[in-house]
Amino acid sequence: MATKTVIEALRDALHEEMQRDERVLVMGEDVEEGGVFRATEGFLAEFGPGRIIDTPLSESLIVGAAIGAALNGMRPVAEIQFADFIHPAMDQIVSEAARMRYRSNGAFSCPMVIRAPSGGGIHGALYHSQNVEALFAHVPGLKVVAPSTPYDAAGLLKAAIRDDDPVLFFEHKKTYRLIKGEVPEQDYVLPIGKANVVRQGKDLSILTYGLAVHQCLEAAEALAQEVSVEVVDLRTLAPLDKEAILESVRKTGKALIVHEDNLTGGIGGEVAAIIAEEAFDYLDGPVMRLAMPDVPAVPYSPPLEEYCLLNPEKIAAAIRKLAAY
Amino acid sequence: MVVVKESPAALGLTEGDLIEMYYKVVLSRALSARMWILNRMGRAPFAITGDGHEVAQVASAFTVKPGKDWVVPYYRDMGVVLTVGMTPRDLMLGLLAKAADPSSGGRQMPSHFGHAKLRIVSGSSPVATQIPHAVGIALASKLRGEKDATIVYFGDGATSKGDFHEGLNFAGVHRLPVVFFCENNGYAISVPLKKQMAIAHVSERAAGYGFPGVTVDGNDPLAVYAASKEALQRARSGEGPTLIEAVVQRLVPHSSDDDQRRYRSQEEIEAGKLADPVPQFKAYLEKEGLLTAEQNEEINKRVAKEVDDATDFAEKSPYPQPEEAVTRVYGSEG
Repeated sequence: MATKTVIEALRDALHEEMQRDERVLVMGEDVEEGGVFRATEGFLAEFGPGRIIDTPLSESLIVGAAIGAALNGMRPVAEIQFADFIHPAMDQIVSEAARMRYRSNGAFSCPMVIRAPSGGGIHGALYHSQNVEALFAHVPGLKVVAPSTPYDAAGLLKAAIRDDDPVLFFEHKKTYRLIKGEVPEQDYVLPIGKANVVRQGKDLSILTYGLAVHQCLEAAEALAQEVSVEVVDLRTLAPLDKEAILESVRKTGKALIVHEDNLTGGIGGEVAAIIAEEAFDYLDGPVMRLAMPDVPAVPYSPPLEEYCLLNPEKIAAAIRKLAAY
Repeated sequence: MVVVKESPAALGLTEGDLIEMYYKVVLSRALSARMWILNRMGRAPFAITGDGHEVAQVASAFTVKPGKDWVVPYYRDMGVVLTVGMTPRDLMLGLLAKAADPSSGGRQMPSHFGHAKLRIVSGSSPVATQIPHAVGIALASKLRGEKDATIVYFGDGATSKGDFHEGLNFAGVHRLPVVFFCENNGYAISVPLKKQMAIAHVSERAAGYGFPGVTVDGNDPLAVYAASKEALQRARSGEGPTLIEAVVQRLVPHSSDDDQRRYRSQEEIEAGKLADPVPQFKAYLEKEGLLTAEQNEEINKRVAKEVDDATDFAEKSPYPQPEEAVTRVYGSEG
């Protein structure tokens, strides 16, 4: 096994998929020179300009043309340079990609991936920090994936490329170089829609995803003497792994949902509703959420940014509050 | 009155081809008439048709290789899809939202055509979104070195959308095998062309994307055929995209839920009827000695029979099972 960063694991997985299947192509801004995060470094020389395509600055076109390529037998990976810039493509993603199979009664489908680096903590301010996953998790027809580790990122990206439906693949950009981990040499795929218990515990369950997984693990470790915290990495946000969520909460009786996306209308609301409907009898405390405040996006100035974002101390405080019930 | 300038023989069209075109035009108009009647009778909740566009639609689609070239229509394109191979029964099943509707199994509003085998790509109601799809389809064909071309249809309103500009720009950059066919009827529901754009012709836009744009009289079947044939040949031979603007009349309201008398004068509506392409096509064929009274009678009878058959067939055809509503959201659940 090799130790890789998240971005290395993603690049290698994408590279392997392009080698394995000549239907896979990448289109996006700056992808030919390797991309702003180096996810496609060296691809142009190896695969040529037909399968690694620099597009104009046209997000709707990136997704719309990827839909067309998917309709015509390709497996496109459309790269939106920052999740913050995905909004011009909303119509193509929501009205078209998500609805193609349903509206054609199964005659057409869009097997494609939209990769988008998301999340804050890198001094990215309003337009290089957004978490937009909840906007898409609400839309039937889309799958939404948000990996947290190199192993998951590689296995889930391969699964997304091989999936027959459109997959939004949100990579927390702060994990790109911060998080390292072992990745097997051999080809493997992780199933979309399966969560992962990354820390066993018996007193309280944290349901989380993305960079927050690591912050939650740090908080849980810090409080290990006081409370036994289980951490569930959701990994896929649509469809949610209801079984894994319920199994953990039924075991611990307490649920804390943590996400960097803002609170209202976030994934946490849906997870809380699942727990309320199907694990009510097991609860011995309120379902709690810890998320970004409802501000339009992360501000730039360091104290403002820190105030908004999660950190292990905030998570530890939330754990203590819930554990007290 | 349209003046047909081209000669059929010079375009490679036989008399039989012209009669076939005329038949599709008449069929399209007759199906539309029946759809509006069914709507007014309360038997179809909604109708949207392309009366006035038929000659442009049929003549352009006549240059398509069905099942080989990709066709990306919009909701007025009954004439296009009939020419490429959808049947009156297919369209009536769609109008009445029956399970066997090949476009969507009764899921979409009528005239949201799609047919995988015929490479007619499923469309939506937001306008111009299909333009980037056509571009991506053409990109995939080009990458694989295939010789098919893609033709995408849209109205004048769609040319104001970002997807029109983004799609044409990308197609121009990569010289993709795609034809952009605008059916300019002068109205986007109620908004007239002069409020849609500050230039005289949609085709002028092509210059901004580095490929040719032409404006043709959409009532002239041979002009439309010639322009479409040339554009598809350009596409197939690697010379890149073309923008065709066919100037047509919208003879009916936007849809069955619209009343165009609110925003068009009676004089204009009457003038539009005088410019109806169907009688003009007939007059041309008669003048050239290509359509006898007998043949015309035969076509009308055949069309009437097909429209009746399609209506009966669709009315007797079952609705989808209610629980079908929650299927085919994803590929993995059947």
